[in-house]
Amino acid sequence: MTADVEVILMKQVASYLAMPIFLVDLAGTLIFYNEPAEALLGRRFDETGEMPLEEWGTVFVPVDAEGAVLAPHQLPLAVALAERRPAHGRFSITAGDGRRHDLAVTAFPLIGQNARELGAVALFWEDDS
Amino acid sequence: MIVRFWGTRGSLPTPGSATQRYGGNTSCVEVRSGEPGAMVVLDAGTGICAFGAQMSSSVSRIDILLSHLHMDHIIGLGFFAGLFRPGLEVHIWGPGSTVLPLRARLTRYLSPPLFPVRLRDLPCRLAVHDVPLGTFELPGLQVTAALVCHPGPTVGYRLDDGHSTLVYLSDHEPALGARRFPDLPRWTSGFDLAAKADALIHDAQYSDAEYEHHLGWGHSSIGQAVAFAVHAGVGQLVGFHHDPWHDDDTLDALYSEYADPRLRVTPAREGAVLAWSVNEAAARRDR
Repeated sequence: MTADVEVILMKQVASYLAMPIFLVDLAGTLIFYNEPAEALLGRRFDETGEMPLEEWGTVFVPVDAEGAVLAPHQLPLAVALAERRPAHGRFSITAGDGRRHDLAVTAFPLIGQNARELGAVALFWEDDS
Repeated sequence: MIVRFWGTRGSLPTPGSATQRYGGNTSCVEVRSGEPGAMVVLDAGTGICAFGAQMSSSVSRIDILLSHLHMDHIIGLGFFAGLFRPGLEVHIWGPGSTVLPLRARLTRYLSPPLFPVRLRDLPCRLAVHDVPLGTFELPGLQVTAALVCHPGPTVGYRLDDGHSTLVYLSDHEPALGARRFPDLPRWTSGFDLAAKADALIHDAQYSDAEYEHHLGWGHSSIGQAVAFAVHAGVGQLVGFHHDPWHDDDTLDALYSEYADPRLRVTPAREGAVLAWSVNEAAARRDR
């Protein structure tokens, strides 16, 4: 089924930007991540394909500053989707190549024409603070 | 279904001898489903003036489906005779914006100082609708509307009379930003709308070389329109929204380059008619 045009355009913007970006649909399924995100995660989107929230939310083992594993629903992207608001957070992940990355994340809901809820987007930065 | 082209030109009316064969009026397409007294018009460019002038007095309801509100698609609206016919039921459908309904957006044009008559003063029985995204019913037709890739809120339409299917994507740039084109159906703007249609009226404003200088302007090249149509498996592609700088001879030359054995490709011509018999449409669907 063809995605809504706002989602298509968001994917196209993401594919041109240098910041790592995740795009999820209304169900929380990760439907796209761009090349900078592939570099961060150590896995290509063509290899992983789409992943449900329970999978992408755990496969990179996100942990907080104390080392406690974060549940998928605690991640900013899931918060932005569920609560329809921007969400920010810091956590660490273990990439596919075994490297640890400290990240800052900004997530926001994607709301289209006629106030249609379409999914959510997350932007990641390596956190040097 | 019978389809007649009253305006095929994009962007700007281009009257004159050099555009006589394909036409200089801007977007307007008449669709008849066979429902007595009802007609559908796609867009209200300058072509709608000639359409209105010959409209039968037996017509009791007109539905005007606007793809978007760029001037070349609404410039004829105020000059459409149907708006001034008392008792005629006129429904205008089109996209609102994120902050304004369609009626308020149209009023920016159809009010002084740009136009002398206000919408509320028209003698017809006028109803203005924000077009629903999805499927809805008009007399004799099932209509599906979806947002498509073009600057500002823009919709494409799929019209089905139960026997044949017409898709109208007058202003559409599905290749914008695509790393490959055509992409997978999920990531191709307008794909579901166009899939397996008997005829696709699609933006084909530029040559491929010209498109490179107009990225993001919201239009397609003829080559992209052909690729999109083949990808969507349509029966016939009618290239539409001709560039105002392309005269008849230029269009002939351009379209001769895009003959494709996989589908019939023709440039839209003012006055041309598309029609399918029930048997033709059924045969195509069975293939």
